[in-house]
Amino acid sequence: MHNDIVNTIHESSLLFSNYEAGSGIKKALEMGRDDILFELKASKLKGRGGAGFPTSTKWMLVAAATGADKFIICNADEGEPGTFKDRVLLMNAPFLILDGMVVGGYTVGAAHGYIYLRGEYVYMRQFLEDCLNEMREKNLLGNNICGKEGFNFDISIVMGAGAYVCGEETALIESLEGQRGEPRNRPPYPVNTGLCGAPTTVNNVETLAAVPHIILMGGEKYAERGTSASSGSKLFSISGDCEKPGVYELNWGITINELLAKVGAYNTKAVQVGGASGICIPKSKFDRKLAYEDVATGGSIMIFNESRKMLHVLKNFMEFFVEESCGQCTPCRIGNQKLLEGVEMIEKNQYTFAHINNLKELGETMKVASKCGLGQSSPNPFLSILEDFKEEIFHAKSDGVYK
Amino acid sequence: MLVLEKNNLTEEIELFASQYDFHRTALMPLLEYIQEKYHHIPDFAQQEVARVLDIHPVEVYGVISFYSFLNDQPKGRNIVRLCRTIICDMAGKCQIEQAIERELGLKFGETSKDQKITLEFTNCLGMCDQGPAMIVNDRVYTKLDPEKACAILKEIK
Ligand SMILES: Cc1cc2nc3c(=O)[nH]c(=O)nc-3n(C[C@H](O)[C@H](O)[C@H](O)COP(=O)(O)O)c2cc1C
Ligand code: SF4
Ligand code: FES
Repeated sequence: MHNDIVNTIHESSLLFSNYEAGSGIKKALEMGRDDILFELKASKLKGRGGAGFPTSTKWMLVAAATGADKFIICNADEGEPGTFKDRVLLMNAPFLILDGMVVGGYTVGAAHGYIYLRGEYVYMRQFLEDCLNEMREKNLLGNNICGKEGFNFDISIVMGAGAYVCGEETALIESLEGQRGEPRNRPPYPVNTGLCGAPTTVNNVETLAAVPHIILMGGEKYAERGTSASSGSKLFSISGDCEKPGVYELNWGITINELLAKVGAYNTKAVQVGGASGICIPKSKFDRKLAYEDVATGGSIMIFNESRKMLHVLKNFMEFFVEESCGQCTPCRIGNQKLLEGVEMIEKNQYTFAHINNLKELGETMKVASKCGLGQSSPNPFLSILEDFKEEIFHAKSDGVYK
Repeated sequence: MLVLEKNNLTEEIELFASQYDFHRTALMPLLEYIQEKYHHIPDFAQQEVARVLDIHPVEVYGVISFYSFLNDQPKGRNIVRLCRTIICDMAGKCQIEQAIERELGLKFGETSKDQKITLEFTNCLGMCDQGPAMIVNDRVYTKLDPEKACAILKEIK
């Protein structure tokens, strides 16, 4: 479809294994809705978009909500720096995701699904439209799907237009409604008041891709992978200073050290887990586990070796947030600017510790006072990098290695 | 815009919106359609979109100003977006930026006088395992080096 893009999958245990398109839908339609929810619950699948909310609970809430219309939305806005696993899934395993949406539509009682595809991925659009048409021809979409009387479901693709915050589920819904992509107050949650006021489930691409496998193999079998609190496998997008960047499907619970060995990373100084809004893990903590109960992540892993300057990394992240803040609430709009200014002061050696400490407090305030996840998590790299790399940033001599 | 062009545009907008029963959910796809065809969303189009969807023109403008891929001022026929996020930065984004600026005699953030090309930075394109990366219009280019990047931009019309 696109000859400049190489989708490198280094390890795959489940998601990219053989899957016959449509088989998940057929099996699901033989089951009752309650049985599907039961299997999902047994699988302990949690959202792969970052927040980690149990998928069975989300679907159950929408299934139980009353309303003439209900919607299922596939969140393909993948904008977190360092994440590209959804791109690889969409390009290499589209039917897994689409089948997951159909199963979701059946389970929650939705008649329509949307794929919100980030504007940068517009090159995939025709390919995905072709996939949808293929499904329509096979009656995997449309009316009375696979002969199931009364189950009508179709999917359309809507493009984003270059706004990171639209990955936040309520901003995404605003965008679909033709509004500025400004996050809403929550509650009410989309499961009650979502797209055009109707009960709506928003799910990450990877979450939906796991569903057909869970239906086919059973929830308990799926939950055998990973740890007790983080079941199943997870796609990690590995980038930065390593020999083998790309997508890895690994079981939850792997330590950062083990991961670094796999991807051929040497002289590693720091690993940023969870993208720009995640946290930076220094070498001394590389024995921590990637799992919801330890270091949670939507899958972005960025590796920095000894030659990188952490202040430069931090500045890049803060510039990102200043640009991408929707500007709706003050802690995030002004706070990120102040944190960036602080980084620039350190860069120019024009800071006082009193001021830096004030900024750290500001960061803590932003975490609680911001309206959405963007402003709540944007101080993370500021706080973690200034704390864990303070020697490099504040103590090194100007003619030292960390110039 | 000529009267004839205006009439055409109005017709296009009406036809497009009718597929959505003139519901507001038509707004984003409609704006993207106009943007793609005219490379920006002119005042006249904004007013027509507002009229057809029965909303205030300011609402239309508010939406355009929010999204970085939508713009009300003309940009180049070709838009180059180079990823500035950390992984591409580490992979050599600065060298590419400088090479392109030298080759085209144009700075990032600017549009060439002949309206042929606009240079912009963008955030992570989801190509971090094969950076440095850029998008030219809808097409992604990966594993850039200064020479390759300049050759790509020489090709575009
Ligand atoms: C600023 C921001 C950006 C987000 N971007 C994405 C995204 O690109 N893709 C995604 O799936 N979830 C993203 N999320 C999380 C979504 O709000 C939501 O939790 C997720 O789509 C739910 O799906 P899941 O339960 O399957 O993970 C983002 C959240 C925030 C606060
Ligand atoms: S936290 Fe930031 S992105 Fe979220 S609503 Fe407030 S200003 Fe907008
Ligand atoms: S950092 Fe450039 S594509 Fe992700």
